[in-house]
Amino acid sequence: MPVTAEKGFDVEKLRSDFPLLQTAMNGKPIAFLDSAASSQKPSAVLEAMDTYYREKHANVHRGVYQLSQDATAAYEKARELVREFINAPSSHEVIFVRGCTEGINLVAATFGRRFLDADSEVLISAMEHHSNIVPWQMACEDKGAKLKVIPINDEGELLMDEFERLLTDKVKIVALTHVSNTLGTVNPIHEVVEKAHAKGIPVLVDGAQAIPHMQVDVQELDVDFYAFSGHKMFGPTGIGVLFGKEKWLNALPPYQGGGEMIETVTFEKTTYNELPHKFEAGTPDIAGAIGLGAAIEYIQSIGYENIHAYEMDLLHYATRQLQQVEGIRFIGTARDKASVISFLVEGFHPYDLGTILDKLGIAVRTGHHCTQPLMERFCIPGTVRASLAFYNNRTDIDRLVEGVKRAVAMLR
Amino acid sequence: MSINEIQDEIIDEFALFSDWMEKYEYIIDLGKNLPLIEEQYKDEDHLIKGCQSRVWLHAGLEGDKVVFTADSDAVITKGIIALLIRVLSNQPAEDVAQSDLYFIDKIGLKEHLSPTRSNGLVSMVKQMKMYGLALHAKN
Repeated sequence: MPVTAEKGFDVEKLRSDFPLLQTAMNGKPIAFLDSAASSQKPSAVLEAMDTYYREKHANVHRGVYQLSQDATAAYEKARELVREFINAPSSHEVIFVRGCTEGINLVAATFGRRFLDADSEVLISAMEHHSNIVPWQMACEDKGAKLKVIPINDEGELLMDEFERLLTDKVKIVALTHVSNTLGTVNPIHEVVEKAHAKGIPVLVDGAQAIPHMQVDVQELDVDFYAFSGHKMFGPTGIGVLFGKEKWLNALPPYQGGGEMIETVTFEKTTYNELPHKFEAGTPDIAGAIGLGAAIEYIQSIGYENIHAYEMDLLHYATRQLQQVEGIRFIGTARDKASVISFLVEGFHPYDLGTILDKLGIAVRTGHHCTQPLMERFCIPGTVRASLAFYNNRTDIDRLVEGVKRAVAMLR
Repeated sequence: MSINEIQDEIIDEFALFSDWMEKYEYIIDLGKNLPLIEEQYKDEDHLIKGCQSRVWLHAGLEGDKVVFTADSDAVITKGIIALLIRVLSNQPAEDVAQSDLYFIDKIGLKEHLSPTRSNGLVSMVKQMKMYGLALHAKN
């Protein structure tokens, strides 16, 4: 039976909001199952950006003329939309960045400079994306600090006992993903934050994979930093958000220098601007922020409850259907999971499966998904990953299952 | 046969396929039947790392000709390797170094030799030509 999560949720109608879903790949209607890499964009986002460039563009925070003032107002309105969206206490705790990766780099670099030393440790997990590994590695290397890793079980869940054991007084910050991009695991952020805070340790959460699927309330989670990308939540590429608690953002040195982030500059000494501008050097991605604002309004028009209910139903349907494939092995079987399915078919390389699926018009991701240490943990070369968004339907899933079967038949 | 004669022969063979399925079935077949590289060469030194699939390549000299053996963990990659070996193996080192591999484009497999594909094949072709150059110089 087709799904109607809640009254008013009509997947076919929503699909028509996404121009790209009406296109073809290799001569076949596209079954886009790679939203965890980047989601498609609804017309509302495209139109908001187009209108901005056509009618409202000028640089922000600079001009005294009307157009610049209007552009500034639109940019700051987007910041306010983000604040409300994640329930941040104040809009100056919302920093616009290029994406989640830049948000994490910003914190790792500046936090590292101020708070790490040769005695300290940074705690991450075994399921982190390279974006939440490498910046910390770099920060640790600079100061001779150590990077420690919370291990996971075979289902792809954090070992909380190990986490507590590793959470020593040497740990200066915990950096953890909210949802694993490869496994789909939803991590117990509340519990992690509670335990870390009990020891006075701040927590950064990589929210790139959570924000497209679930309501995030940074006050309720009580996280110190929360980073996410616009392009994974139906917004444009090149824009992202770093939320940071005011006390932490004020304690960190600036990340990049340039225009916008200064108060006064002489050749002897520069004093820095206030939050959020202190961390937004140079002309920001104004159109991107406006597009992100439109994406937020679009998500809100559907509602996270509807999105979540629909995606869980689709995830279970896809998992059930894929189980028909002989030799299939799911990587990531956590109890609490987002709509990501990573799998292998015994005896077949993910690259081969992905190549044939591509020919059938089915877009999946293959490889290590920028989580090489995780692949090592499972002793596998990579996986095939189908990641679902609310605009996917059962036809997409049926085509995937048929496609995998056909690929296996060809490769056998 | 020269490198270009073999390339033209492959182009003619591929012209017979009526759709992508037949073409890929043939490549998969080639991949399965590629004589394997000797186990001793399947090590870190001979590994060409790709993001998606891994490739091992060995080159040796027989007379004035370069002989390549290779392997991959993905069978489609391996099938394309089989074609590259058919074209470039047992050819004079100088010819290998100077070869222009136009057949890949003509048989519609260009996508597999795109750097964004990251399957190790682009690096492999580069490496094969480097071997040609080095072995020619050595000769």
